[in-house]
Amino acid sequence: MTGKILVDARGLSCPQPVLETKAALDSAGDGTVEVLVDTVTSRENVLRLASRMKWKGTWEESGQGGFRLTLER
Amino acid sequence: MLNRFLMSRFGPSLTGAVVGVLAPVLVFLGNPGNMGICVACFERDIAGALGLHRAAVVQYLRPEIAGFILGSLISALAYREYKPRGGSAPIVRFFLGLFAMIGALIFLGCPWRAYLRLSGGDLNAIWGLLGLATGIGIGIAFLWNGFNLGRSAPTAKGSGMALPFIAVLFLLLLIIAPQFGRDAAGLPTGPIFFSREGPGSMHAPAFIALGVGLLIGWMAQRSRFCTVGAIRDLFMLKDPHLFYGIITLVIAAVASNVILGQFKIGFAGQPVAHTNALWNFLGMLLSGLAFTLAGGCPGRQLIMSGEGDNDAAVFVMGMIVGAGIAHNFGFASGPKGPGPYVVAAFAVGMIFCLAVGFMNRGRVSA
Repeated sequence: MTGKILVDARGLSCPQPVLETKAALDSAGDGTVEVLVDTVTSRENVLRLASRMKWKGTWEESGQGGFRLTLER
Repeated sequence: MLNRFLMSRFGPSLTGAVVGVLAPVLVFLGNPGNMGICVACFERDIAGALGLHRAAVVQYLRPEIAGFILGSLISALAYREYKPRGGSAPIVRFFLGLFAMIGALIFLGCPWRAYLRLSGGDLNAIWGLLGLATGIGIGIAFLWNGFNLGRSAPTAKGSGMALPFIAVLFLLLLIIAPQFGRDAAGLPTGPIFFSREGPGSMHAPAFIALGVGLLIGWMAQRSRFCTVGAIRDLFMLKDPHLFYGIITLVIAAVASNVILGQFKIGFAGQPVAHTNALWNFLGMLLSGLAFTLAGGCPGRQLIMSGEGDNDAAVFVMGMIVGAGIAHNFGFASGPKGPGPYVVAAFAVGMIFCLAVGFMNRGRVSA
């Protein structure tokens, strides 16, 4: 499956940003998944999950101290 | 560079090793046995010092707690991670903290101390750790089924300073208290109470305890060290990097205890502990479930409070109030075993936590 999926994990407690991302990566299979998070902790946790699932992750600041992660495979 | 290492997947391991060395050193310098660091016990001692309970043997303004909060705040400010946020079911988190504390005081320790008790040779901790893992397992079942307490949102910049402000106040009271609150005969009259005997009277020099708290607060903020997330992520995500922090903690603490002559293996006669296996298990089960639903262990809640997380600060206050209730209502255990109303306390706590788990399952994102 290709296409763009957006996961908005801002404001969620551990480990929910990782769980939401995992569900999205599992259902996407490949393509691009974007994840919004609001803390550095969530950013690192989601990127660690992505790399363990063999997805390539990049991030940029998205204003208000949040981050937009782009996961690709 | 140290910061990069702390933020890598080895960060929790280094933090765990430092905790594993410094906690037995704090015991050596005066803290109660196997209680170099215990977030629940220390918050309970603070509740006692403030007169929220009158268990005369557990009253002291433990500076380690203030150290954790302020160490995390300093680190979060230095690395631009101070982010005031809140509004994710604060009242639910307050009571999760309250019942987490009640469970911890049935066992006599938080997860940090459960690992440290084991590392001192206290085999009763095995029942506690099995209970902790079981409670976390129940929490994981809720998480797999979409449990969440809703989103937090950014809050006013100053809101994250509330708990650090209180932490500074605790430190000031620690310094000032000996000069008031005693009658002519030297007996405590309040408003601040310090134990003259028992665990509350045993403490390392305050400036050393504060220093250790600041260091660990800073390291835990950088590395996201969490004694509940460790087991949760291992089971749930097959991600062991937090769990390695527990392994290094236990190895370092066993070694330190042996070197310092504090290692004593067995069930009976362990410091600040009882031998009732069932309630050691069930107490930590309740605690483990509450911590998992709230997103982290009591140490992690202090660290997140320092980062500006209002909801974590509310959880901490729930724990301190819960300590008052646990002792006033006869829920807390003592060296001889569980308190008289332990069954009621456990039942109410479990009903509350299970209800929270079942009733908060809406999906929050697309």
